[in-house]
Amino acid sequence: MRHFLSIAGLSREHLVEILDTAESFAGAGDRAAGKVPLLRGKTVVNLFFEASTRTRSTFELAAKRLSADVLNLDMDTAAVQKGESLIDTLRNMRAMDVDMFIVRHGDSGAAQFIARNVGAGVAVVNAGDGGHAHPTQAMLDMFTIRRCRKDFEGLRVAIVGDIRHSRVARSQIAALNLLGTRDIRLTGPQTLMPAGVEQLGARVFSRMEDGLAGADVVIILRLQRERMRGGFLPSEGEYYRRYGLTSARLALADPAAIVMHPGPINRGVEISSLVADGARSVILRQVAFGIAVRMAVMSLTVSAQISGRAK
Amino acid sequence: MNILIRGAQILNPADGGDGRDGDIAVEDGVIRAVGAAPPGFEAHQIIEAAGLVAAPGFVDLAVSLREPGLEYKGTVFSETRAAAAAGVTTLCCTPCTRPAVDSPATVELIEQRAAAANFCRVLIVGALSRGLAGEELSEMSALQDAGCVALGNDLNPFADLRVLRRAMEYAAGLEMPLFLHACDGALAAGGCAHEGAVATRLGLAGIPASAEIAALGQCLALAEDTGARVHFCRLSCARSVELLADARARGLPVSADVAAHQLFLSEHDISDFNPDCRVMPPLRGEEDRAALREGLRGGVIDAVCSDHQPHDINAKLAPFPSTEPGVSALETLLPLVLGLAADGFGMAGALALITSRPGALLPGNAGQLREGAAADICLFNPAAQWRATPETLHSSGKNTPFLGATLTGRVHRTLYQGRVVHEPE
Repeated sequence: MRHFLSIAGLSREHLVEILDTAESFAGAGDRAAGKVPLLRGKTVVNLFFEASTRTRSTFELAAKRLSADVLNLDMDTAAVQKGESLIDTLRNMRAMDVDMFIVRHGDSGAAQFIARNVGAGVAVVNAGDGGHAHPTQAMLDMFTIRRCRKDFEGLRVAIVGDIRHSRVARSQIAALNLLGTRDIRLTGPQTLMPAGVEQLGARVFSRMEDGLAGADVVIILRLQRERMRGGFLPSEGEYYRRYGLTSARLALADPAAIVMHPGPINRGVEISSLVADGARSVILRQVAFGIAVRMAVMSLTVSAQISGRAK
Repeated sequence: MNILIRGAQILNPADGGDGRDGDIAVEDGVIRAVGAAPPGFEAHQIIEAAGLVAAPGFVDLAVSLREPGLEYKGTVFSETRAAAAAGVTTLCCTPCTRPAVDSPATVELIEQRAAAANFCRVLIVGALSRGLAGEELSEMSALQDAGCVALGNDLNPFADLRVLRRAMEYAAGLEMPLFLHACDGALAAGGCAHEGAVATRLGLAGIPASAEIAALGQCLALAEDTGARVHFCRLSCARSVELLADARARGLPVSADVAAHQLFLSEHDISDFNPDCRVMPPLRGEEDRAALREGLRGGVIDAVCSDHQPHDINAKLAPFPSTEPGVSALETLLPLVLGLAADGFGMAGALALITSRPGALLPGNAGQLREGAAADICLFNPAAQWRATPETLHSSGKNTPFLGATLTGRVHRTLYQGRVVHEPE
């Protein structure tokens, strides 16, 4: 695992190794333990071509807790607007002797492209590429599920919302399948359900109530406001009517079900405040676990790069 | 200049069969005799062709020459040179240059460059709308007089169906054939891959099959209304073949082609985000690929073309959705088409797809190897293997999904109007 680009292509053992390593960083509580020197002397660059607050800051915190030097580059406002191409940006970065890139980009496949072009010895971690993958988010979700529910086999997981545009959902479906979850339900309006999604290893339910019935884990996706303009939905109100997670709907799930959301949440659009702030919600724990999981991914890829170079 | 081609397996696809071994006598740019040289024929040059197939020079319905305006991707010289290396002696060039081929001046420029290069016959497809913008009609009559053989709008959509209908009516009045891409702009907008499980897994915006099928249905309705002769370019969907079969059965003057890569690749080939597999229309499903081959076998689809679109390196040096679509395809055309020979087409049947069948759609009856025809001849070795590399490709564009692949079937020599325009290096 010299790069961490997507869940596809990894084995179950890879995922378990990441989760176990994250466990060692997470400590007993939800907060990550103190600083460790695993990435001392290494330079990590946050290369974000799309705006992000949470993902970028948890990556930054994770890198700092691993004792790395961190450089944040917000490319949506910088060189790209001066007309510099992605490939030129990468070549410039390469000259700076960086050890790891954390990349977010609006194009699906951008992380693969960057990994192919950064040169040997540089690790690339995908922090979200278009609608393709967001594998560290999926891994922190898996970590959260494992903490709360222990076993992936026999688990019933419902993912609700804009599956079509969601890189998070794609990575979650891939990770859950690898970890042995057989009952994955997708629910959302048909305009936001991508063609042939069943072939990824999930079942589609048009009615949210059917998808939620007896679920152990309920994952709510964020609804982007621009979906209304694209003609995917009539209104936020109409969406909430059919797919908003209310207490009444949550009652259809398993009594011990947890509620997850990759954030940031739209209260009253995809989830009610009562549920988001309620006892079943683990949304803030997800954020906290994000640091430990990203520490795990970064330390594992860097050590794979080092052993790869030694060969 | 008299040339004698000696001992070739002579194959005129229009005749079918495996051909026969013999000689071809070429005199003053014209085929004088096929089988044996006439008594007293004095050759200035003898080409020993034992082990080679002699076929008519290939006819390619879709080549983007990139000139004027896109010379950093290719020029009339570089791409007609590549055509000669590919055995192509007649090609139709697309109107999507900068400016578009919507004025006699642009037509003349291409004609002059093509004549100066003199590698092959360049037939020009003019723009059906001004600037290919789909809003106003182009000066079709002027384009016709300047030498355009057909008019089309490439993948650029029309503002609305009324404009398209007027354009078709006007062209019908001029008896100008139309080369139309069936693609609904709104349904295809933003997409870069076939809408299906592969695009869904990769998170790529899809182009549904209905973008082609709906547009094809509309164009067929308008063709029926207007009496325009319509050739549909680059079909990609199984359902399109059925629609077209129905239209042909009802006697509409329609025809169609398919790009060679659509017969060999599918949506699965983009699984690793390979930008060289990004094409328009997108690579579709396996069942579509099978139906397109069946459409060719049954004659519903007339011809195979290369859909040659050479690109500069930067066009493909980006994440998949930000790359430009298109394949540099001239020089892989013969090996791909020969690949069909084993799939029930036979050698003559496969070669007909790039000779007599497209030739029948164009003025001049190109794609025939017979006495009295222009001496446009391709000599190729059907068993020779070669690797497509940036060095072996003559085109300026090295953007092919077959780069690095070992291909079977290699052009040995190409004669255009009785002159050798390509020979082994």
